[in-house]
Amino acid sequence: MSVVTASAPATELPTTAFLAKHLRENLWFYLVLLAGGVLMVAPFVWMVSTALKPAADQFTRDLIPRQITFENFGKAWELMEFQHLVWNSFRIAALSTIGQVVTCSMGAFVFAIVRFKGRDLLFLVLLATLMVPYQMTVIPQFIIFKTFGLYGTDVPLYLPSFLGGAFGVFLLRQYFRTIPLELLEAARLDGASLFRIYFSIYLPLAKPALAALAIFAFMSSWNDLFSALIYLPSDLEKTTLPVGLALFQRLYRAQWALMMAAVIISIAPIIVAFFFAQKQFIQGFAATGIK
Amino acid sequence: MSQIGVSPRGAERFWVIVLLLPTLLGLALGAFGSIAATIGISLFQWDLLSPAKWVGFDNYLALPENRNFLKALGNTALFSAIYVPATLSISLVVAVLLNQRIRGVSLFRLIYFIPVVTSPTAVGLVWTWIYSKDKGVLNAIITTFGGDPVHWLGSDMALYSVVIVNVWGAIGEGMIIFLGGLQAIPRDVYEAATIDGASRFQQFLAVTIPMLLPSIFFQAVLCTIHAFQAFDYVYILTQTGNGGSSLPMLVFNIYREGFNYFRMGNASAQSVVLAVIVLSLTLIYSRLNKRWGQG
Repeated sequence: MSVVTASAPATELPTTAFLAKHLRENLWFYLVLLAGGVLMVAPFVWMVSTALKPAADQFTRDLIPRQITFENFGKAWELMEFQHLVWNSFRIAALSTIGQVVTCSMGAFVFAIVRFKGRDLLFLVLLATLMVPYQMTVIPQFIIFKTFGLYGTDVPLYLPSFLGGAFGVFLLRQYFRTIPLELLEAARLDGASLFRIYFSIYLPLAKPALAALAIFAFMSSWNDLFSALIYLPSDLEKTTLPVGLALFQRLYRAQWALMMAAVIISIAPIIVAFFFAQKQFIQGFAATGIK
Repeated sequence: MSQIGVSPRGAERFWVIVLLLPTLLGLALGAFGSIAATIGISLFQWDLLSPAKWVGFDNYLALPENRNFLKALGNTALFSAIYVPATLSISLVVAVLLNQRIRGVSLFRLIYFIPVVTSPTAVGLVWTWIYSKDKGVLNAIITTFGGDPVHWLGSDMALYSVVIVNVWGAIGEGMIIFLGGLQAIPRDVYEAATIDGASRFQQFLAVTIPMLLPSIFFQAVLCTIHAFQAFDYVYILTQTGNGGSSLPMLVFNIYREGFNYFRMGNASAQSVVLAVIVLSLTLIYSRLNKRWGQG
């Protein structure tokens, strides 16, 4: 799979004259990108600015707070009992991630290396499910989970992740296909079972793709509002961060400084992870564009 | 298509089935079973408390008279009509700019991508603060320049305000898809065009756009699906005190019908309509792609 890379910069160390010329030639590109970039980060900047203001100053229009305080974070944490929300979100996201990585890699392995009748058709059918809106499947699933008494528990939020999925299978199959078949043939001659080959050869070699899928699955679950909204009770001890934030909005209307602190608490883990593993994050999204 | 891979022998067949089992179950239950069930449920009246009652196509026939549904359909159509072209064109421009030989590409890419990874619920709250009528920063800027404060999330403006947030949140994803497509275009095509005296803009029209058409169509399909499924920002930005919305859209309606009022048949019928619309648009795109994209 192709990783999106930056276009190559000049090889030798740039001189000031070179930089000036480069800037002059591409001035418009920089200006447009910079203006766009400012618009992209402005909401986050304003979020941080508000969260650092004392409650009394929250309506001041200063970008740099006159007085900087961190009390909003502690207060928001206490009001919302964030430890429950964070733990619930984390537990569900971690289980979903395990489910996706395990079951998608299993399916992808078969689609990548095993020949059987109707394989390509089955794979196309699987890909076609990407086009099916989520709402087309959610109602019967809701009824099934309710029938089995799982409504109100977190099971419906992670169990579906243990049934593979077109996106993950597609992403990993692409990667598995880059692994030379000779490895597989050699292992087979030595009498290794298909499971052994999958587990001891393919999985270890596909770590980058597995990481990309894991990050994608974790992030999707962490950010998922809809499922938590329909399955979990609107109770700060039982629900996840997105629903918790929606509740916060209703409970503490117009307490913007507190609310921005709560927002920062809930997005911080993903932002930090994103800065460290930018490539894996982007890879997951880039994979959808490759045919 | 000749198949790559090995043919399973003996005990290997067992492992093939085991490894494929979750995917097959997912396809059978999660996808096809659920789709069939949704279609089935749409023919009943069912509140999950009393037994389901067969009503045939009544749920569908009632839709044209259902004002909430019509409003939601209209909102969703208008939303998509703005969202899809806006997201496509802006992310294409950003991708083309980032594909130039300029510096700081990875920093820009990082910045444009942040809204894609952060939770729409959380970031939606930041936008409600920015859009806030009385003390929001946007109205503060407007009044500073002598304008009148705007009721950004009121029913008149909500659609445009929410579209802006959705586009803002989706540019990064489109940018990544287009960058992938752009980097697959061989450099020598551009070099040839330069020798022929084509300006950068002419190259964009004559080389970039045609060679990128498959990516553009693909992204158009994805954007359309996103537009018709828009929920998170709508929920956070437009919810009113009684649990309704100043900008009801299809998915929000389905959510209300199904999971607040437990009118499962009605919600299913709306889901089927939603799916049929998305499917039809996808088919139209793929027709257009066949005609122009690979011509």
